[in-house]
Amino acid sequence: MAFESLASKLQETFKKLRSKGKLTEKDVKEAMKDVKIALLEADVNYKVVKDFINKVNEKAVGQEVLESLTPGQQVIKIVHNELVELMGKTNTHINFASKPPTVIMFVGLQGSGKTTTCGKLAANIKKQGKRPLLVAADVYRPAAIKQLQVLGQNLDVPVFTMGNNINPVDICKNSINEAGRIGSDVIIIDTAGRLHIDDEMMNELKEIKEAVKPHEVLLVVDAMTGQDAVNVAQNFNEQIGIDGLILTKLDGDTRGGAALSIRAVTGKPIKFVGTGEKMDALEPFHPDRLASRILGMGDVLSLIEKA
Amino acid sequence: TKTRNNLSKKIQDLIRFNKELNSEFYEELEEILILSDVGVDTTQKIIEQLKKDIRLRGIKTSDECKQLLKEILIQFLIENQDEFVITSPTVITVVGVNGVGKTTTIAKLASKYKAAGKKIILAAGDTFRAAATEQLEIWGQRLNVDVIKHKEGSDPSAVIFDAINASKARGADILICDTAGRLHTKTNLMNELSKIKKVIDREYVDAQKEVFLVLDATTGQNALQQVKIFREATDITGIVLTKLDGTAKGGIVVAIKSEFKFPIRYIGIGEQADDLQEFNAQDFVNALLDF
Ligand SMILES: Nc1nc2c(ncn2[C@@H]2O[C@H](COP(=O)(O)OP(=O)(O)OP(=O)(O)O)[C@@H](O)[C@H]2O)c(=O)[nH]1
Ligand SMILES: Nc1nc2c(ncn2[C@@H]2O[C@H](COP(=O)(O)OP(=O)(O)OP(=O)(O)O)[C@@H](O)[C@H]2O)c(=O)[nH]1
Ligand SMILES: [Mg+2]
Ligand SMILES: [Mg+2]
Repeated sequence: MAFESLASKLQETFKKLRSKGKLTEKDVKEAMKDVKIALLEADVNYKVVKDFINKVNEKAVGQEVLESLTPGQQVIKIVHNELVELMGKTNTHINFASKPPTVIMFVGLQGSGKTTTCGKLAANIKKQGKRPLLVAADVYRPAAIKQLQVLGQNLDVPVFTMGNNINPVDICKNSINEAGRIGSDVIIIDTAGRLHIDDEMMNELKEIKEAVKPHEVLLVVDAMTGQDAVNVAQNFNEQIGIDGLILTKLDGDTRGGAALSIRAVTGKPIKFVGTGEKMDALEPFHPDRLASRILGMGDVLSLIEKA
Repeated sequence: TKTRNNLSKKIQDLIRFNKELNSEFYEELEEILILSDVGVDTTQKIIEQLKKDIRLRGIKTSDECKQLLKEILIQFLIENQDEFVITSPTVITVVGVNGVGKTTTIAKLASKYKAAGKKIILAAGDTFRAAATEQLEIWGQRLNVDVIKHKEGSDPSAVIFDAINASKARGADILICDTAGRLHTKTNLMNELSKIKKVIDREYVDAQKEVFLVLDATTGQNALQQVKIFREATDITGIVLTKLDGTAKGGIVVAIKSEFKFPIRYIGIGEQADDLQEFNAQDFVNALLDF
């Protein structure tokens, strides 16, 4: 496993190269192969990696690296900075409507963590002094409504449901009235998991969006997703239109390269990350942390910064 | 998808114009395999093997090469794929990380075995996640299969203990145990699996014991870590790969097979009870390299 080893690998590579004499541009290119492998092993999409490497190559062949006493560290620094850049500025704000209620809609593949994250966001928003309403618009998965109700009960947040013998579009429409009736200012809609290639189910999302005009459509993505993440995100974005991403299950040991790919192909900000099953396990997104994680080198970087 | 079509087209062009097996060809191949989540190491392994066989057999065209590649991949995948025989009684424990499709797979297995005339009991061993028990109960009602449950927050081992006794008393052929999703990095939760295993070993001595690790086909390289660590906590006897109805090709199981050799038992291809198929290496490889 190349985990945590990019730094040492690069050092090795440069040591070998330098023993031949002065470092050349070709040597830097050679070293970039190590970077490429590290990114691929972190599940960054192949095409995204290719573009990224080309871009970084240009920066890295600058004198800085060639003349550096620690070219391996220089390269890592450049790569890391570029990754952070690519993941964009921190933006973990929810777009609250100037005239309530704010409508937030969760979408994503099956099992990505939508229902759980709806609960977490409700908890988060409630803490800000707002009055969220959870809406059970998954009428397909067995006990999906019950799942949301249990979360709502534990959080003391109301849950709007009309059972599962009714069109989700109607449920969502009606939830707006319900919010007015009970004085909720943020509506959080939990939708059923679906494949991005399931036209019928994607149409349902379009209809819901059309009906309730959400202020935020958030795509929930499992951080362990592999190369296909780009297709998923692209499809959801092109067909439904998304405003941001939430990356779940980052409490494991996945390197989470999918996030980078998705960010690169959709340009949408990652707003929050999920770090556990409990309702308080929702954190703002930090591009620098994810960059270090993708490179498999949490602490190495702070050492380099100090050097 | 667009991406794949472009790739397939490129490869097809390579083949149609009977191009030589140059570095461009291998690069395309690498791209295809990595984009299917086969992973860097295994992709390199496959390409090495391919180059070796090409030399040995004197292969010149990319068309022959494609056939050869399929053969190599099938070789990888059919290793240890002995036939799966269920004797009575059998306990199947279903484990895996969060949201991969464990509970749904249990419903599919129950449906399949029931159709084969077996008496099934399900154990609601996920006492943690909100409405996990209710989810399994709904499946039980739909399939007309008994579900043994305790209330939320109780000890999963106790549920399984009860389910074993119920299976014995009611003469069930197959007991299928649901467990809560858990990330393999959470030691305490992994210990809970070892405890469940102990209960089954102790209480159901004469039963055939199966542990299915469920993997989501959409998962990338982390699935390797999942197999590695779940294997330490319990005795995995087979793998189920779910969500192959999406666009992800599940190439990660090629990497898994090259490293771990567990048999792949079933694949999940949808959310309904009959969306389960026995794993077939040939079909899988054809789908993986559908160009
Ligand atoms: N460890 C961990 N587990 C999570 C996280 N977010 C969600 N989960 C778990 O992932 C599993 C799936 O979560 P759900 O919220 O049911 O996912 P979903 O997207 O609503 O699923 P469907 O409605 O079936 O599409 C559950 O076991 C959750 O507890 C997270 O950040 N970390
Ligand atoms: N498209 C598709 N969806 C599936 C498949 N298998 C399961 N699902 C869906 O994936 C989601 C999660 O399935 P579950 O069976 O609840 O997963 P789990 O592993 O039990 O989840 P936790 O208990 O929360 O860890 C549900 O929406 C299922 O309908 C499959 O083969 N294809
Ligand atoms: Mg849900
Ligand atoms: Mg489950």
